[in-house]
Amino acid sequence: MLFRYRGSEGMLAWAFHRISGVAIWAFILLHVLDIWLANVNYKLYNDLLSLYGSPGGRVLETALGAAVLYHALNGVRIIVMDFWPAMTRYHKQLWYANWVLFTVVGLVFAIQIMAPAFGLQAPFSFGG
Amino acid sequence: MQIELRILRFDPERDQKPHEESYKVEASPMDRVLDLLHKVKYEQDGTLTFRRSCAHGVCGSDAMLINGRNRLACKIRVDQLKGKRITVAPLPGLPVTKDLVVDMDSFFAKFRSVQPYLQPGDPDPERERRQAAEDRAKFDDTTKCILCAACTTSCPSFWAQPSYVGPAAIVNAHRFIFDSRDDAAEARLEILADSDGVWRCRTIFNCTDACPRGIHITQAILEVSSKIVEHHA
Repeated sequence: MLFRYRGSEGMLAWAFHRISGVAIWAFILLHVLDIWLANVNYKLYNDLLSLYGSPGGRVLETALGAAVLYHALNGVRIIVMDFWPAMTRYHKQLWYANWVLFTVVGLVFAIQIMAPAFGLQAPFSFGG
Repeated sequence: MQIELRILRFDPERDQKPHEESYKVEASPMDRVLDLLHKVKYEQDGTLTFRRSCAHGVCGSDAMLINGRNRLACKIRVDQLKGKRITVAPLPGLPVTKDLVVDMDSFFAKFRSVQPYLQPGDPDPERERRQAAEDRAKFDDTTKCILCAACTTSCPSFWAQPSYVGPAAIVNAHRFIFDSRDDAAEARLEILADSDGVWRCRTIFNCTDACPRGIHITQAILEVSSKIVEHHA
């Protein structure tokens, strides 16, 4: 029924929240594994980090950034409605506002992460 | 115009599992889905079984899954559904008795569990219990419920956990919790603070979208949640 019921924005917002939550959880598992490698096999750890820096790794990193950003923004949307139930009347508008913020902030992150994959200078330098 | 009506049918005496049957009916854009179901029953297949009573959106007996969304068959018109094929299925999440009829015993048991009746603490007055307009306004929205079950059976939390009390019961609890003449709010809040109470709501809004009376159900659920937090603070 979950896939057959035609929910509207609220159901999509919830489904994306769950999917992004699971994606973030999967990354945290991977992250625990790679940090563990730093202690037990630093060479393999370095190899893994260079994989993260490859074009394919950067695409996955951008997807992770998108999942974290969506999950955070929708989390704030839910908190707003929890504290002010009358805001539920504007839940669709809040969701669209989330997408505007997601696009603006997400683009900056995506460019920062993906620029080196195209041989370009990343806009922000962190001393690397 | 001709409409193809695809109805999910199930006869427990004959079928192992539900199956779809297709009927072609002549319809005008202003016909309601209930009119089409009547045409099928009266002109093509008298065994088709569904509930309906007032046929005007008041009694709430003909809620069903129409084109993938819970609606009242007597309120939704052909022109509103856009297209020449309409799918009809019983309400999701409740056991099917036959065709479009579901067993609503568990739904009404949950409704009764929240004590949906006035329990004044003071002795009966000589005349009516008076209430200020602003106090009445606090629960005006939730007085509109017709117990059609469209909300509860549209809720993914209910599909996943059928013991969840569900939106309809919470709406009817809200109607009395926020009534200034009632004195049993605490008991109802305790019932709804249970693990199968309001906390199972995931603000998905299917209930609000499905309500044929336009009740802001998610708002009512969150108001009850806030009241529980306030009560326990």
